[in-house]
Amino acid sequence: MATAHTATHSASTHDHHDEHEHHDNFITKYIFSTDHKMIGKQFLVTGIFWAIIGGLLSIIFRLQLGFPDMELYWLKPLLGGWIDDAGKLDPNFYLALVTMHGTIMVFFVLTAGLSGTFSNFLIPLQIGARDMASGFMNMLSYWFFFLSGVIMFTSLFIETGPASGGWVVYPPLSALEQAMPGSGLGMTLWLIAMTFFIASSLLGGINYITTVINLRTKGMSFSRLPLTIWAFFLTAVIGLLSFPVLFSAALLLVFDRSFGTSFYLSDIYIGGEALPNTGGSPVLYQHLFWFLGHPEVYIVLLPALGITSEIISVNSRKPIFGYKAMIISMLGITILSFIVWAHHMFVSGMNPFLGSIFMFLTLIIAIPSAVKVFNYLTTLWRGNLIFTPGMLFSIGLVSFFISGGLTGIFLGNSAIDIQLHDTYFVVAHFHLVMGSASFFGLMAGVYHWFPKMFGRMMDARLGYIHFWLTFIGVYMVFFPMHYIGIAGFPRRYYSWTNFEFSNMYTDLNMFVSVAAIITFGAQLIFLFNFFYSMYRGRVASLNPWRSNTLEWTTPLHPKHGNWPGEIPTVYRWPYDYSKPGAAEDFIPQTVPLSATPESNLPHEQELVKLEKAIIADEEEVLVANESKES
Amino acid sequence: MYGFLIAVGILLLISIIWMVYRIQSLVSVVKGSDKKVASGSNKVNAFMFVLFLLGSGALMFWYSIKEFDNYNPPLASEHGAVTDQLFWITMAVTGVIFIITHILLFWFPYKYQYKEDRKAAFYPDNNKLEVIWTVVPAIVLALLVIGGWKAWSDITKPAPENAHVVELLGYQFAWEVRYPGMDNVLGANDYRLTNASNVSGVDFSDKNAHDDFNTPVVVIPKGEPVLFKIRARDVLHSVFAPHMRLKMDAVPGMPTKFWFVATKTTEEMRAELNDPEFEYEIACTEVCGKGHFSMRRVINVVEPAEYRKWLSEQKPYIVNNPALVENLSPELKELAEITISEYK
Repeated sequence: MATAHTATHSASTHDHHDEHEHHDNFITKYIFSTDHKMIGKQFLVTGIFWAIIGGLLSIIFRLQLGFPDMELYWLKPLLGGWIDDAGKLDPNFYLALVTMHGTIMVFFVLTAGLSGTFSNFLIPLQIGARDMASGFMNMLSYWFFFLSGVIMFTSLFIETGPASGGWVVYPPLSALEQAMPGSGLGMTLWLIAMTFFIASSLLGGINYITTVINLRTKGMSFSRLPLTIWAFFLTAVIGLLSFPVLFSAALLLVFDRSFGTSFYLSDIYIGGEALPNTGGSPVLYQHLFWFLGHPEVYIVLLPALGITSEIISVNSRKPIFGYKAMIISMLGITILSFIVWAHHMFVSGMNPFLGSIFMFLTLIIAIPSAVKVFNYLTTLWRGNLIFTPGMLFSIGLVSFFISGGLTGIFLGNSAIDIQLHDTYFVVAHFHLVMGSASFFGLMAGVYHWFPKMFGRMMDARLGYIHFWLTFIGVYMVFFPMHYIGIAGFPRRYYSWTNFEFSNMYTDLNMFVSVAAIITFGAQLIFLFNFFYSMYRGRVASLNPWRSNTLEWTTPLHPKHGNWPGEIPTVYRWPYDYSKPGAAEDFIPQTVPLSATPESNLPHEQELVKLEKAIIADEEEVLVANESKES
Repeated sequence: MYGFLIAVGILLLISIIWMVYRIQSLVSVVKGSDKKVASGSNKVNAFMFVLFLLGSGALMFWYSIKEFDNYNPPLASEHGAVTDQLFWITMAVTGVIFIITHILLFWFPYKYQYKEDRKAAFYPDNNKLEVIWTVVPAIVLALLVIGGWKAWSDITKPAPENAHVVELLGYQFAWEVRYPGMDNVLGANDYRLTNASNVSGVDFSDKNAHDDFNTPVVVIPKGEPVLFKIRARDVLHSVFAPHMRLKMDAVPGMPTKFWFVATKTTEEMRAELNDPEFEYEIACTEVCGKGHFSMRRVINVVEPAEYRKWLSEQKPYIVNNPALVENLSPELKELAEITISEYK
C-alpha cells in the first residue's frame, strides 16, 4: 500500500502549496526562501561572487610571480599597507592571497557553489518531488553559508590580514600568533567561518540524502535515477561523513590556539621563548585534515562528473554508455575516497610503512576514474553530437579529468612523490583535475539548466567564445606548470630567485600570468551573458535540449511545488535517446513503455504488463481519493 | 587627457561590440536559426576540437623536447636514479594513454558532429568492454605500484650503520646544520635550552655533544651513505634537495630522517654542466611564514678523503664558545675543557 500512501501524500502537499503561493512577498521569495529552486539560485549567485573574489586574488599573486619586478603602486588604494614603499607586495600578504584563494575556491565556489547550486536545484526536479525534505533546513543551510562567507570576507580586511598558512592551515604555523600575522585574528575568523560552513554543508547534505531516499516520485527507482542525482547523493554521503572530521580538527586547533592545550604542539621555541606545550603532534592534524581534505576532492568533483554524464548523453543523443558501470565506479570512488587520505603525507614524517599502504589504496582509486573516462568516450562514439555550450564545457571537463588524473598516478606513487611533493607539479595536477574540471562542470551545468532556472536561454555564441577562451586559457595556465614542477619549483614561494635551481623560467611564469589574466578576463563574457540573459535572453522553450529528465516536464517558470498538477510518474530510465524504432530521438521518462511498443526492447515488453497493472492500481487510488474528498 | 581619450576609445569599442552582438542575435532570430537543432556553429566547434588537438599537441611536443635539459634537474643521488626511472616509465605509460584518449576525445566530436539525416547508435552498455577497461588499467597500475613500492621500501629502510650523520634544524627562516663530530653521535637536545648562542638547543651535559659543531654549508662525501636527521623548532618546514631527489618534512616535536648516497661531487657536476657556479641546494617546501622562499643552504659534495680532512678541521661549538659549558657540573666541565684543549 506504499503507492497509495505516496499518492495521498503528494496530493496533500500540493494543496498546501497552492494556498501559500499567493502570499509570497519579496523577503520570503528572494531572501528567506524555502523553495529549493530559489535556494539553488542563491547558492549560484553567491558562488559566482566568490569565484570573482577568488579569481582576483589569484591574479594579484600571479602578477607577483610573473612580473616580480613590477611596481604595484596602483594596487595601493585597494591593498593599502600590503604594498610596501617600493611598490612590492608584502610576502606575508602573498601567503594570505594563496591561502584565501584556495579556501575560497575549494569551499565557497566548488563545494557550495557547485554542490549547493545543483543539488538544491536539480534533486527535487529530477526525482519528481515538490521540494526538499526540509525546506527550512535547506534555507538554514544557505544562510549558514552566507554567514560563513560574511565572516571570511571580513577577514580579508583586518589589519593583520586573513589566514595565511595555506588552505590546509597546518599547525603549528596556524596555531601560533608569533609565527605569522595571519595566524592571529585572521585565523580565528577562518576557523569561525569554516565552522559555519561545515554546519551549512551538513544541513544541506542531510537534506539531499533524505530527499533522494524518500521523495522520489512513483516509478523513480534508484536504477532509473539520472546520474546527476546519483552523483549528488553520493557527494552528500561523502560530505556527511567527512566534514565532521574537519570540524574536530578545527576544534582541537581552537583549543590549542586559545586554551593552552597541546594536541598539535610540542617542543616549540618561537619568538625567543620556549613554549610549555609538549606531547602534541602536528601530524595528527594532517591526518584529521586530510580525512576530510581528500574526500573533499571528490565532493568537488563528483557533482561535476554527474552533470557531465547527463549533458554528454543528452547532446550526443545517445544513452550514457555503461549506466551501471558509472554508478558502480562512483560508488567505488565514494568508498575509496575515505581510505587514501595519507597520500598527501608521504613525506610528512609518518611511518613509511603507512606510505606503502596508502600508495596501493591510492592507485586503486584510479581504476574507477579510468572506467568513467572510457565510458564518456564511448558515449561520444557514434553519437550525433550537438555542441551546446554545456556540451563543450562537458567535453572540456573530460579532457581536464584525463590530464589531471594521469598526473595523479605520479603523485600517488610515494617514491616519485618524494621529488614532486609540494612543487608546481602538484599545483598543475589538482588545478586541472579538481579545480578546472569541477569549474567546467559548474559552467556546463549553468549553461544547460539556465533555461530551467530563469526561463530564458543564454546566448550560445557568447558561450562558445567563453568556452574556447577558457579552455585554451586553462591549459595555457596549468600545462606549463608541469615543466616548472618537474624542475622542482616549490609551491607557495613569493619568489624563486633565491635558488639557483629555480632561478629560471621567468619567461614561462610570465606566460602563465598573462594566460591567467586573459582567462579571468574571458569570464567577464560569461558574467555578461549570465546576467543579461536572465532579463533579456530569448525565452526558452519547455524542453530546449530535447532531454528525457523530469525537470523539463515542469512549466517554464515552475512555482514552489514544481508541478501544477500531479507529480508525473516515471516509467523508464532517463537515457532512452535515439532508440531504434522510435520516431523522435528521445523518449522522456514520463512516457509509459506501453505507449512505445515500436521501440521497446524484448525485456521491456515484459515490463509493459506489469506497468499496466500499476497504472490500473493508481487509477483506483485516484478515484478513491476523489470520492473521499467530495 | 590621454586617460580621457583612452576611456572614450574603450567606450566606443564596447558599444561596437554591443551593436555587433545585438545585430547578430536579431539576424539569428530572423533566420529562425533558434528553431534548428544544431546551428552552423556546430561545424565550427567540431572543427575547433581537431584544430586544438593538432595545435596544442604540436606545442606540447615542441616545448617538451626543446626544453628537456632545462626542466629536467641534474641528478646526483643513488636512489634518485631509481625514482627518476620510475618517473619516466610512468611518463611513458601515462603519456601514451594521454595521447590516445585525447585523440579520441577531440576526433569524435569532429567525426560524429550532428547531421540531420543520421541517428545516433543506441549502445547503452557492453559488459565485456567494461571488464576490459577495468582489468587492463588495474594490471598496469599494479605494475607501476610494485615498482614504486620496492623503491619506496629501499629508500625508507633504516640507514646503514656507517652513514655520516648530519642534523638539519629548520627554524624561521634558516637551516641550522649540526655535525656529530668525530664520534658520529649527535649530542642530546632539549628545546628549552635554545637561545641565541645555542640555536639547536644542544644539551651540553651530554658528553656526545662536546664535539658537535655547526657549519654554514652542508659538506658530505661522495659515494658514502649520509643520514639527514631532521628537526624543526618552531613550525613545520621541509628539507628539499632537488638534485638529491630528497624531501622530508621537519616537524616540531617529532624528529624525522632521510638517508641517501650522493653520486657526484659538486666539482664533477660543475664540469658536467659546464657551469662553474653550480651548487647543490636545500630549500624549504612546507609553508612556514614570511621567509619561506629564502631558506637556502648549499650542499657541498666532496671526495671522501677531502671530507675527512674537512671534518678534522672543524671546531666544536664549545671550542668556539666556551661559555656554553660554563654552567655544567664540575666533572662534565672538566671533560669539556679537555676537549677544548685538544682542539687548541
